[in-house]
Amino acid sequence: MNKLTLWFHTLGSPPYFHRLAGRLAPWLFAGAVLFAAAGLYGGLVVAPPDYQQSDAYRIIFVHVPSAWMSLFIYFVMAVNAFIALVWRIKLAEVLAMACAPIGAAFTVITLATGAIWGKPMWGTWWTWDARLTSELVLLFLYLGVIGLYQAIEDRRQAARAAAFLALIGIVNVPIVHFSVKWWNTLHQGSTVRLLGPSAIDASMLWPLLLVALATKLWFVASLLVRARVELLALEGGKEWARAEAQRAEGTP
Amino acid sequence: MSDFLAMGGYAGYVWSSVAIFVGVLAIDFISPRLRRRRVLAELRGRARRQQRKSTENPTP
Repeated sequence: MNKLTLWFHTLGSPPYFHRLAGRLAPWLFAGAVLFAAAGLYGGLVVAPPDYQQSDAYRIIFVHVPSAWMSLFIYFVMAVNAFIALVWRIKLAEVLAMACAPIGAAFTVITLATGAIWGKPMWGTWWTWDARLTSELVLLFLYLGVIGLYQAIEDRRQAARAAAFLALIGIVNVPIVHFSVKWWNTLHQGSTVRLLGPSAIDASMLWPLLLVALATKLWFVASLLVRARVELLALEGGKEWARAEAQRAEGTP
Repeated sequence: MSDFLAMGGYAGYVWSSVAIFVGVLAIDFISPRLRRRRVLAELRGRARRQQRKSTENPTP
């Protein structure tokens, strides 16, 4: 076996992953908090007010990074779901299922802050336009995956059923992303582009990208922590899990 | 400072958005930790029950 494949197999071993994730997660959380603090400082304090929206536009610094994460996490969940369904790797099942609550959290933030932004700018909390509606469907997909996983008794069968739903739901991701292009929406189009120049001033762009980086780190950290717990629960009968339970006795 | 807190008259909108962001992520931070505590306690309980069973009925 070549080195990469070997490393992949080692990583897939629950005790090894549990140990590694436990070591990495605190650093990732610390980095996320640091970058978020810097980004929010830049966005709420340093960046100038918008010429049309005044200070209300500052909601962008929490709304847009969360919206990016709501789609990104769905994509990661679907990739893991695919691996889980095709190769039946336990760790992929666990990772896919651990993605769902984090994705749901970011989708809730997106919808809530979007409503709060919509009220002063559009004059309404909610409208059934394509972007808002497809983002709401995204939340229901996350909740569907969580619900299906909880509803089936056998954990591995539950994971496979929920992974299947997650995989079908991926069609919604491009719909959310392109909804502002395909339909005439009240929601504005993209201002930050990977290809080509962004329609946002540099003084507002760097705080936005810092918060975006922070949410990425946060996601990875939360994913590792959640996957650890799930592995412990799944492998409760095994020696390493029992040893871990004994070791954790007394420590909160 | 009070200018900063007032957010040009949009204080309620901006600060509630930031609060939701921080609050929801705080829940995301805490919930797996509570679950970990429950799972570990359950594993210890299972281990204790097994040990008791094996001391009560030692296999000959």
